[in-house]
Amino acid sequence: MTGTELLLDYLSRYFPVFVFVVIALLFGVVTLVISHFVQPKYPEAEKLSAYECGSEPFSDARMPFPVRYYIFAMLFVIFDIEVIFLYPWAVVFGKIGFIGLVEMLVFIALFLVAYVYAWRKGALEWD
Amino acid sequence: MALAFFFYFSGVIVLTSVLVVALRNPIYSAISLLIMFFHVAGLYVTLHAEFLAAVQIIVYAGAILVLYLFVVMLLNVKREERYHAQFPLAALLGVTILTEVLMLAILRGFSSEPLPTLGGAGQADQATGNTETIGEVLYSTYLFPFEVASLILLVAMIGAIVLAKKDIGLASRNQ
Repeated sequence: MTGTELLLDYLSRYFPVFVFVVIALLFGVVTLVISHFVQPKYPEAEKLSAYECGSEPFSDARMPFPVRYYIFAMLFVIFDIEVIFLYPWAVVFGKIGFIGLVEMLVFIALFLVAYVYAWRKGALEWD
Repeated sequence: MALAFFFYFSGVIVLTSVLVVALRNPIYSAISLLIMFFHVAGLYVTLHAEFLAAVQIIVYAGAILVLYLFVVMLLNVKREERYHAQFPLAALLGVTILTEVLMLAILRGFSSEPLPTLGGAGQADQATGNTETIGEVLYSTYLFPFEVASLILLVAMIGAIVLAKKDIGLASRNQ
């Protein structure tokens, strides 16, 4: 087989992924288009104003968020990267055996230290 | 056909990268960055780097972009006008780099020969899976860097908490 045929054969295995992406896109687009045509439209000033739990909106919605949200995002990124290391480990676990288990236990133990630190410092608390 | 995939992915990457810096609403910039991340992942798939593609989507599209959006929300950037004055400088740099790339391409010639890989790693990828190869090497040869990575992540986490908690402490003192 030539290089192009090899690549096409390889990419054809990603066809389910492609179908999945197309369905995901269509779901969003079709829902919006159908609701645009089907919805009843009786606009009035009160309906078109921003809804804020029944109270009058008193400022722009785009205001600075507290920095507290950011720490959750950062912790999420760090644990996300830990998950990345778990995927190849799970794939080759049968081959690397017991040593692999010990390696991953050391890796996770270090993360447990980080987790306990975050917990004790109150980084997971809102206040 | 294979070239069509490359041109689709790289074309969308170039277009959305330009949009990231050209759009004035930072949220729109972040969304076009998200589209760019997905197409970079697609490019990785055509390069047989499935693991990198998965990392691209999980870490970049999933986590890094959240950080970018949070920065936009924290700093309350509504419309970015400041950097548009730097357009002439950016154009000059861009044209210089484009000329360089074109000259390299013309001097080397457009050949369809695959680039040399390190120690025939390309063939090994075909035989087993890309993720398997990474796993086998990472948990045997590169065991020490792997554990060091864990330590670096621990330090990063403690640093993040120390920096952010200082701010929280200040906020509660002011109340």
